Amino acid sequence: MAHVGRVSMLVVEIFRGLKEVRIWVPRAFDEAWNIGVGSLFIVLLVSAFAGGVTAYQAGYQFTGSLPYYVVGTLVVESIVLELGPVLVGLILAGRIGARYAAELGTMRVTEQIDALESLGRSPASHLIIPRVVAGLVMIPVLVVFADIVGVLAGLWAAKQVLPLTTADFTYGAQYFWHSFDAYYSLIKAFFFAAAITIIPCYMGFTTGQGAEGVGRSTTGAVVSSSVIILLLDVVLAKVLLNS
Amino acid sequence: MIELRGVKKKFGEQVILDGVDFVVQDGETVALLGPSGTGKSVLLKHIIGLIKPDAGQVLVDGLHVARLKRKELAQLRYKIGYVFQNGALFDSDNVFENVRLGISDETKYADADYSRDRVAQVIKLVNLPADVIDKYPSELSGGMRKRVGIARAIVGEPKYLLYDEPTSGLDPVNSDIIDGLVERLSDELGVTGIMVTHDVRGAFRVADRLALLSGGKIIMQGTQEEFLASENPKVKEFLERDFETPSNAAA
Repeated sequence: MAHVGRVSMLVVEIFRGLKEVRIWVPRAFDEAWNIGVGSLFIVLLVSAFAGGVTAYQAGYQFTGSLPYYVVGTLVVESIVLELGPVLVGLILAGRIGARYAAELGTMRVTEQIDALESLGRSPASHLIIPRVVAGLVMIPVLVVFADIVGVLAGLWAAKQVLPLTTADFTYGAQYFWHSFDAYYSLIKAFFFAAAITIIPCYMGFTTGQGAEGVGRSTTGAVVSSSVIILLLDVVLAKVLLNS
Repeated sequence: MIELRGVKKKFGEQVILDGVDFVVQDGETVALLGPSGTGKSVLLKHIIGLIKPDAGQVLVDGLHVARLKRKELAQLRYKIGYVFQNGALFDSDNVFENVRLGISDETKYADADYSRDRVAQVIKLVNLPADVIDKYPSELSGGMRKRVGIARAIVGEPKYLLYDEPTSGLDPVNSDIIDGLVERLSDELGVTGIMVTHDVRGAFRVADRLALLSGGKIIMQGTQEEFLASENPKVKEFLERDFETPSNAAA
């Protein structure tokens, strides 16, 4: 509960620091570039493999029992509703979360954060807001890319193993499609982005005891944000899809 | 004036400060001595509000530091330059950006010409070459990093300067350079200074007055002569480690 209270305090600090636009906006652009360009390859790779494997497994399970266009339905719904945002979230929890916790943790143990405070400057607007804002903007964008590439990879894979045309696949995809599915994917990405950025920033910010502390914060950041992503996945599915 | 009244601080069960009373008058430079781990840096961080006392009061210019609101504390911090033990320079920023962060006036901070001139001015004041401003902290030696840390602390023209072991980890030549710099800044800028150190020689060279922290309390305050003449066993023990007192000189 103490952690929840302190994370809440950090969120309050973030809102307070938002008015220092001149400080955090340029830094947020740098962070956004790091997150977006730096993560694009791994995000696209994982989503392409996820889309392809989903198509192969759907083909294996449904051949002879269901029309082939169902593969289109399954690939699109699986990728957009679940695999795209969750896989991207978990990968970025490792890639970005570990980096944020290690960077801020190192800054804490080398007194760089104390130095910032001693200069009368807000660590929130200099260090945390740029990272959180960049994540909230770029992670949903990465999820959109992941969704598109995952679906295209699924189409390609399905056509390799099944007598399926692009038109069949598209028909299946559209048959059960709701426009809300795209929003749902983005909403999930937004919540995951908050977990991927805020938790590691908090862990890094509260690091103690030297190099060992930085290691503990980094591991804790990745584990905690991954667990929160999985919990959010369940909660958002229940709230947004089944209420 | 900086004043600590009965300041107490514990981390867990470990008592760090156990009722510290300490006064620094405007214009003087005081060396706060004590063995490693006695809470000298903790005391310094109380003055700038990075740590809050469990009990007691920390007053700077009559303001109760622990009770200040966010904006008031930021305003107070603009008046205090803090030189961190290892420089605490921002790794990802070059020297210019590191030093510029110390400019407290936001209008001047945003003025690119003023910032560049002012940073160049303090870089010269701390005896660093002008071309250092484009370098990153990882490209600097330990002594240069300390001097950049001092430049950052003085660029905003503070009234007070707090030095946290400015010569620790430096060879004797670089230690002398830093001590000389502290002495010169005190004379030229007229700032009030507190220098935390366990280097007695440096303290004797730089400070108008000394204070010894031991067992969570200030056990002695006074001039160099008063320290050398002290019969307090803890004072003698501390001085004898790296300074020739009358007693061990006779021995």
